[in-house]
Parts: sequence; C-alpha cells; structure tokens
Amino acid sequence: MPDPLLSVHDFSIVYDVDPPVEAVKNVTLELQRGEILGLAGESGCGKTTLAYGLQRLLRAPAVITSGSVTFHDASGVDIDVNALDIEEMRRFRWDKISMVFQGAMNALNPVTTIGAQLDDVFQVHRPDLNRRERRAACEELLELVAVGRERIRSYPHELSGGMRQRVMIAMALALRPQLMVMDEPTTALDVLVQREILRQISQLRHEFGFSVIFITHDLPLLLEISDRIAVMRNGEIIELAPARELWEQPQHEYTKTLLASFPRLTGERGVLVR
Amino acid sequence: MTTLEFVNVSKRYRVRGAPSMLALDDVSFTLHDRETIALVGQSGSGKSTIAKILTQLETPTSGEVLLNGKPIPRHGRGLRSYRQTLRMIFQDPFASLNPYHSIRYHIERPLRLDNVVPKAETEREVRRLLERVRLDADSVIDRRPHELSGGQRQRVAIARALASRPSLLVADEPVSMLDVSIRLGVLNLLADLQREEGLGVLYITHDLATARHFSDQIMVLHHGRVVEHGSADDVILNPQHEYTRELRSASPDPEKHFATTSAHPQGGVA
Amino acid sequence: MKIPVRFIASRSAFYLFTAFAAITINFFLPRMMAGDPVTAYMQRNAGQITPEAERSLRILFGLDQDSSVWEQYSDYWQLLFSGDLGRSFSNGLAPVGDVISSALPWTLGLVGIATIVSFVLGTATGALIGWRRGSKADVIVPISTFFSTVPYFWLGLIAIAVFSSTLGWFPASHAYDKGSSPEFTADFIGQVIAHGALPAITIVIASLGGWILGMRNMMLTVLDEDYITVAQAKGMPNRRVLWNYAARNAMLPQLSSFALSIGFIVGGTIVMEMVFSYPGIGKLLLDATTAKDYPLMQGVFLIITMAVLCANILADVAYAILDPRTRQTEA
Repeated sequence: MPDPLLSVHDFSIVYDVDPPVEAVKNVTLELQRGEILGLAGESGCGKTTLAYGLQRLLRAPAVITSGSVTFHDASGVDIDVNALDIEEMRRFRWDKISMVFQGAMNALNPVTTIGAQLDDVFQVHRPDLNRRERRAACEELLELVAVGRERIRSYPHELSGGMRQRVMIAMALALRPQLMVMDEPTTALDVLVQREILRQISQLRHEFGFSVIFITHDLPLLLEISDRIAVMRNGEIIELAPARELWEQPQHEYTKTLLASFPRLTGERGVLVR
Repeated sequence: MTTLEFVNVSKRYRVRGAPSMLALDDVSFTLHDRETIALVGQSGSGKSTIAKILTQLETPTSGEVLLNGKPIPRHGRGLRSYRQTLRMIFQDPFASLNPYHSIRYHIERPLRLDNVVPKAETEREVRRLLERVRLDADSVIDRRPHELSGGQRQRVAIARALASRPSLLVADEPVSMLDVSIRLGVLNLLADLQREEGLGVLYITHDLATARHFSDQIMVLHHGRVVEHGSADDVILNPQHEYTRELRSASPDPEKHFATTSAHPQGGVA
Repeated sequence: MKIPVRFIASRSAFYLFTAFAAITINFFLPRMMAGDPVTAYMQRNAGQITPEAERSLRILFGLDQDSSVWEQYSDYWQLLFSGDLGRSFSNGLAPVGDVISSALPWTLGLVGIATIVSFVLGTATGALIGWRRGSKADVIVPISTFFSTVPYFWLGLIAIAVFSSTLGWFPASHAYDKGSSPEFTADFIGQVIAHGALPAITIVIASLGGWILGMRNMMLTVLDEDYITVAQAKGMPNRRVLWNYAARNAMLPQLSSFALSIGFIVGGTIVMEMVFSYPGIGKLLLDATTAKDYPLMQGVFLIITMAVLCANILADVAYAILDPRTRQTEA
C-alpha cells in the first residue's frame, strides 16, 4: 500500500542567466515513507539542483518556475513546501528534511568545534532545551554514529574524512527527521570507509525509519542500496524504476549507456564494454 | 625491450614534531613494455609516492629504480632520454594543460624537444597524434584547453604523452575526474593504444573494477606495502590477502548483489 | 580549550628574537652615524649635564671609546632594563623615558581607538555588504574606497577647513584647550573628546575603505563554501549564518592584513599629528628630528618598534583564538 512521504509534481528550476538554463524540467516523483530513492546522473544533470530546490535552498540566479512539493508529515498534516513563508521554511528545514553533503572538509565550519555545530541545531530548533540537555543530546548523537562523545570538542580538521562524514550524519539525525537527502555522501571517501558509512546509514535507518534520497553518479553503488532509482539527464528524470528492474531491463538508451560505463568487478573480463 | 624496475624501494617522510612516516615499504616490481600493471590502493597507500618517484619529484630513501638495468640519471642527456621513454598522464586534465597555449602548441613542444620528426613534418605529426586519440584534428588543433570538454582534454594529454614515442606510460588516475559516461571511452582508448603501440602501462587507480579490466596484473598497495601481486583475475576473483578481500567486498558489485539477494532489496545496504 | 604549548612557545621565541634584533639594531644605528652632534651638544652644555646623564648618553651613542663594543652593548642592555633611555636635548635634559611617556598615551588612545573602531566598523559593514551582494548597499564600497585613496594630509586639512574653521564644530588642533592641564574632571574629558574627534574621525574615514573592501570580497568567497549551504539547510536564522558561519571565517584574512598594516598606521600617525598638532608620539618624533635631538629620536624609535611588535602579538593571539588550524601547525 503506497504511503507517500514526499510528492513532487511538475517541478522546474531555471538558472536565470542569458540564455536561461533549464536545470530541472517538469520533475514529478513520489517518495514513499521508509524508502531509499537513488538519484543517478552525471555532473550538471540537475540532480543536486533538484535536491536543493526541494528545500528551497537555491540561490540566485536559480529560480523555481513551476511545480509543487508536498511533504506528508507523520502527524497526518500535508505541508505545501512552496507555500511556507521564510520563517516557517527555516523551521521546516532540518526538522523534517535534513541533508548530508559530500564528505569533504568543506561541509563543516572549519573554525568551530563539531560540538558547537551540533549544538547549533538544538539551540535553533529546540529552544526549550537547556544547556545540559543539549550537551547530552550532542554526546548521544556522536555515540550513535560511533565517533565517540570525547570528540565533542574536536575541530573538523582534527578528524579523518570518514569521521567528518559521520559527524555530518549525526547532525542530520539530530532532530529525527523523516527524510534525509544525501548528496554524494561517500564520493570523496575510500571504498572501505564508504562501505562502513553505508552500513551505518542502513543501521540508523532501521532504527529511526527515515527515508533517504541518495544522490550520486555511482550507479553500481545505487543499485546495491536503493529501493528505486531515478536516472536524471539534462534536468529530466528519464527513467524511474525499482533497482532490480533498472538493472535487468533498463528501458532508456541513456540508462543503458550509464550501466555500461561501469565495468563489472566479477563479471566477464577483458572487454571494458559490456 | 624496455624494462622499468623498482628494487626494494622505500620512502620515509620526516614530519616535524611527529614520528617519521614510511610511505613506501620495500616495494619491488618490474614493468616491461607490452605489459599492463594496475597499482591499486586507497588514499595514503603510497601509490602517489610511486608516481612522484617516477616523475622524480621524490627520491627513494632506500632501494633503486632502474630503467633497462641502469639507475635513472639525475640530470643531463640521460634524464632527457628517461623522460622520453617514460611518460605520465595525470588525473586532472585541466591542471596539466596550460590554459594560455593552443592544443597545437601542447603537442608540438615534446615533438620539437625530442626531435621526433623533422621540423617540416611537425604539423602532420601533430594531426596524426590527434587523430590517434580519436579527436578531430581540424576542429581542436587551434583551440585552447578551456574550449574542450574534460574527456577531450584528457585525450589531448594522452596525445601529448605519445608524442615523444615513449615505450612506457604511467597513468595516474587518468579517468577519475571525468564524467562517468566518458570514462570508459578514455580507458578503452588507452587500452587500444597500449596494444597497438606495444606500450607498457602502469595504471594507478583506486578502482578495482577498471583495474581488473584494463590490466594484465594487479598490485595491491596498503600502507606502503605490496600486499598482493598477481594476474588481474587471480587477485580479484581469488584474493589471497585479507586486505584485498576487504577491498573487494567493499566495492559495489551489482551483479553479485542481485544474484544473492531476494527479489525484495528493501534496505539492502551492506 | 586545549593549550597549544608548542604553538605558543614557537611564537614567543619568534617575537623575543624580533625584539632582540630590533633593540640590537637600535644600539648599532647611532654608532654608524657620526657621533658629532651629540658630542657637540655635550661640549656646548658642559657643566649642565650631570655625570650620570652623561654616562648614559655615552653608552647610548657609543661615545665611550675606551670600552669595547661588547662592554658598551651589555651596558646598553643594563640601561634599558633600568628604564633609562638617556636625556632629551630639546626638553631641558628631561629623561627621554619621561618625555615619551607624556606623549604616548595620547597617541595610543587616539590612534588605537580610531583604528579599532575603523577595523570593527569596516569589517562589520563589509560583512553585511558581502551578505547582501548586489543590493544598494554596494554603493558604500566605491565611496569608502575613494576616501582611503585621498592623501591623508589633504583629507585632514579639508576637515579642519570645513568643520573647524568654517563651521566651528570642533577645535582645530591640540589635545585639549590651551591653559588647562590634564586632570580627571568632566570638563577636561570633554575637551579631550572634542579635540580628538576630528583626527579620530578622519582616521576612521581614511582607513575604513580597505577593511570594507577586504571583508566584502572575502565574504563573497566564503558564501560559496559548502558549510554556508549546510548552515542554511540546518535552518539557521540568517543572522546566525551571517555572523557565526560566514563572517567568522571571512574575517581571518582581515586579521592578517591588520597585522600587516600596523606599520602603515605608525606612518599615518605622524602625518595626523602633524596636521592636527596633536601632542603624541608622532609629533614628538617630528620635533626631535627638527631639533636634532638624537636621544629622543632613538627612544621614540625603540618605543615604536616595541609597539608594532605588541600589536602584532595581539593580532597573532586573536588569529590563534579564531582559527583553530593555526594552533596546530608549527610556525
């Protein structure tokens, strides 16, 4: 039985430059509660713009030109994201939908401790918590992602890439959101670390039941972790299918090209092209 | 016949205020022409140290690097001929081409420096090289790097490397900065050139899948040590070392994934 | 906060060495100049100089031909540690230390406050302008840059002509009214503020442009960083993103330029005090030069060097507090 969490309808984003660039074209999709939706595509296909657009995080010259985004809250209320005013939008962000960005150094503020950056989230969204409760919550989060509470006073540069990404995940988890948007969360990481992080995400998802939109160019990875995969090209979703279906019977030519771009690890050898 | 040998090469970096770090620990291997070796390792494994030693940005702390049995000269004509024999292709095709010069200039330069062809034939040779990497010579020759796509730039870099007719090529993550759908094209091109020109290629990468398909042998580097070295199929399909096994099982492998999971991949991570 | 012992030790060592080098140069400089004016002065005023004062002058200026350079050098250090900088010729042989300490507070107070106000105001304005890029506030940038490219003495003279001579809002010169003497009364403090206002305002106007421009440009760079997007995605209010995330990072290069500009501030001080006849250290140096008062000049040089060094240390400390990454790297 379908139980949608997020409905995107006819959603378009244009970069208002000369000539205008249609970054996202009439995207319609429905994300189910508890689902992992993979969003695959190459750089410049609009996948990141789409993700930012859902949270209205775009900056000029990007403009949302059409479409609606509806968030079906667990409380039963439907939230029309485009209709929220600035203050409501601010409170909506992270509380309902949080984000994990590429594992590089840059997603964390380099000059403050990770504890302070976690604390920020509670200060802003949960003003009724006192200092001690906030501190306890931050420590709990760091324990949860296996970074350890003793790291609360560390600065980003004192942590390894994998650790920093765990901190990002802890931060994304802070308010127990119903959806996490992950934009290339493991791309900059070594494959072993990547696997650990994925395991962590999966485990947390079992525990807290959030949905995931997982954005990456790494199709083999998506095939393994997603329930459904949307393939994007030039701002359009050209194919959306369950992972197995996409793998076994890709419909679109471009999907086939993408699939063929990754040599099989254990398949037949010698030819680079399948 | 050209042979590049690493004989018990170690490299120790001294870091002020910290214990010194062994970036390479007793690494030995031999690369002949007509042969491809993939050097697989994660960041910090020492694979970029090997590239740096080959480009002579670093010298080994101990051990020897030999070309045809002789140590690599530090300067003069010997060094020039070493650089003509062994060419590099780098990860970032934007950074490795000079934005102020045309594509023609980039390829002419090694031709002139190494006197590969008579001066009158330079233009023809430049065009031949561009066609060789499957670029349309007429449309790219007078352009500058920023007017080309990433894949085209990397092809230019390959043409430039081929200009001095090397017998060995070191490709340091040549496709990892390119868009997914063109990576394979560039790798296929490299593979074809390798076969046709009889090149020896050292393919440095973090990606097990392309390593297996591109090369005859795979060498797995971990914490500066070669933990496994063998034929590509053996290393991937039948890994002996614990670390290789870990790497293999961590690499995405949809084929195996769909073969082993039921039709319901709900939350199928790990 | 962890105390970065290594960092502090290496920075202190650096500054101690710089101070030592500056003082040593200050010792050798007069020995390279002809000692004649000093000898001449002492001969002219023989009998008026106490033997004690004469001894210190001899040490300071290397007139002690009997002793070796080493002895002179160690005597010189001893003098410095006892706070004796010699006697000022042009101030009735008053101790140089006393002369300087009567002028120093004026400069420190006026220039110090004006510089800090300019830095804070300029950085804050630059942060806001950078945050609202493309808005009408951008107009401030060319205007403030215009004022910082105008030669300062010209700006000062115009300010005097307009606000003092014509409008009569502020007194044109000196630190307080003629006839009064420094005391802790409301009246006197009012005078100091009235006299200091014009020079302080001109300093702020002249230096504001640089801080605004620098900060605005850094803001534009920092606003493109991922952690700004993350902060916005986190639902942080704009004020918080602006100050805690963007400005906090963008101001680090500002601190470096602050440390670099300290030398220029000293130069500017001399011009300012000349234009406004302000009784500070710059004017003192000017007067000492005109009067060929070598002991005073040497003393002022020493104090200026030490002041620049101290300001650098402060900028360094501020940087280390604001940027955790510097604490880790060895200088």
